[in-house]
Amino acid sequence: MLLEVENINVYYGAIHAIKGISFHVDEGEIVTLIGANGAGKSTSLNTIAGLLRSKTGDVKFRGRSIAHTPAHRVVKEGLALVPEGRRVFTQLTVEENLEMGAYTRDNSEIAGSLEQVYELFPRLKERQRQVAGTLSGGEQQMLAMGRALMSKPALMMLDEPSMGLAPILVEQVFEIISSLHRAGTTILLVEQNAQMALSVADRAYVLENGLITLSGTGEELIRSEKVQKAYLGG
Amino acid sequence: MVSFLRFLINGISLGSVYAIIALGYTMVYGIAKMLNFAHGDIIMVGAYISFCAISYLDLPPLLAVLLAMAVCTALGIVIEGLAYKPLRQAPKLAVLITAIGVSYFLQNSALLIWSSNPKVFPSIFGSSALQLFGGALSITSEAIVTICANIVIMIALTLFTSRTKTGKAMRAVSEDKGAAQLMGIDVNRTISLTFAIGSALAAVAGVLLCSTYHTLMPTTGSMPGIKAFTAAVFGGIGSIPGAMIGGLLLGVIEILGKAYISTELGDALVFGVLIIVLLFKPAGLLGKPVSEKV
Repeated sequence: MLLEVENINVYYGAIHAIKGISFHVDEGEIVTLIGANGAGKSTSLNTIAGLLRSKTGDVKFRGRSIAHTPAHRVVKEGLALVPEGRRVFTQLTVEENLEMGAYTRDNSEIAGSLEQVYELFPRLKERQRQVAGTLSGGEQQMLAMGRALMSKPALMMLDEPSMGLAPILVEQVFEIISSLHRAGTTILLVEQNAQMALSVADRAYVLENGLITLSGTGEELIRSEKVQKAYLGG
Repeated sequence: MVSFLRFLINGISLGSVYAIIALGYTMVYGIAKMLNFAHGDIIMVGAYISFCAISYLDLPPLLAVLLAMAVCTALGIVIEGLAYKPLRQAPKLAVLITAIGVSYFLQNSALLIWSSNPKVFPSIFGSSALQLFGGALSITSEAIVTICANIVIMIALTLFTSRTKTGKAMRAVSEDKGAAQLMGIDVNRTISLTFAIGSALAAVAGVLLCSTYHTLMPTTGSMPGIKAFTAAVFGGIGSIPGAMIGGLLLGVIEILGKAYISTELGDALVFGVLIIVLLFKPAGLLGKPVSEKV
């Protein structure tokens, strides 16, 4: 198992946001967490990334506990998070944003990765000297993904990558996720767009009010009556 | 005309000192989003350290300045670590009051160590002056050194924040701490580094200020500190070029105001200009308007 989340409980003050959930991601998989607003999807990812802390349980990455590793060290372990709302550095240029993505790596390795990211996102290359705040939403999403790729992650976590994007861009984003997956990156995806997420996922978990209420392969869940009703508008 | 030039140069020289101090305010604000009101007192500590190094240890001025920078850097890191870091999650008001507390602590420590008697700070740049217009306009060596130091510091800081990995990381942290952590940037270390740089600059400013005005007391840092803070707000707090422009303008306005309008009203004029600027540009001259996310 690449990532193992065991019985985590996360609180925001008095609010119990994650109520003892466990899930795992195997090497080479695309796993997705789906659920409504406030179900605890982003909280789960932020806890794995070290931005939030669980009161109980453990988070293991490649068999080692990272539950108490500070967020800035988690990246070095090979785990990257593309945060909700992209959160690119708007005052930095596109290229500077990408350089920040490779912050933990040696300067000598950066040039090669930059080339790869530009190959994957030619639009970013066109705009490399531009300040990121001037990019469109879709371009910012690509930058956020490219920035995460710069750390050469073994596991890439994406938090609502389709949020606020036009349908054609949503498809583009999912194509890129699939191609990253084919290139060997394991992916943990959080989405409200359950249809898209389930169609690319190997396995999926349904989160409701901080609990996992359903899990299975992507196909199983697409056909599940409950998911159809609650998330696919069926 | 010549006297106007003289006032202008004095103003630029004083403004350069304000600019160097304002850089410390603005960088710390940009990164830690706090107003470090103890910053002015670091200036005073820096001046005392270099004063002692020159008067008691007979060190050459350059070495004295470097010593003052080293001590202030360490002091800045220690203050941040002991007083501000534990309050990272605390309300802003708690941090602000702590900063005022640190300011009083430094002033009173200086009072204990060096007493309230003013020390006469030596002229460390020599008494030679540049004579222009057949001696009608003389520019002191202090003014020349101060202005040059300001230019060098500006260029160095601009290159640091735009070219180096650490400098870029600093800008990233100032924009979004959470996202910066996701990149692998150690936010606490970056904040600490910012305090170190700001405090080292404060030491330089202290030496420049005191070698121009020669009086050194435990309260020496407060007024220039407040004015430099004004300069930082004037230029747009958080902006490095803003601190530069704000500092220079403030120095020039102060000196010209004192020369042509009223000596007594010089300081009032400085703060009056601040009020007017903020009425029309609330974020300062180069500041970016902040939109709160809802």
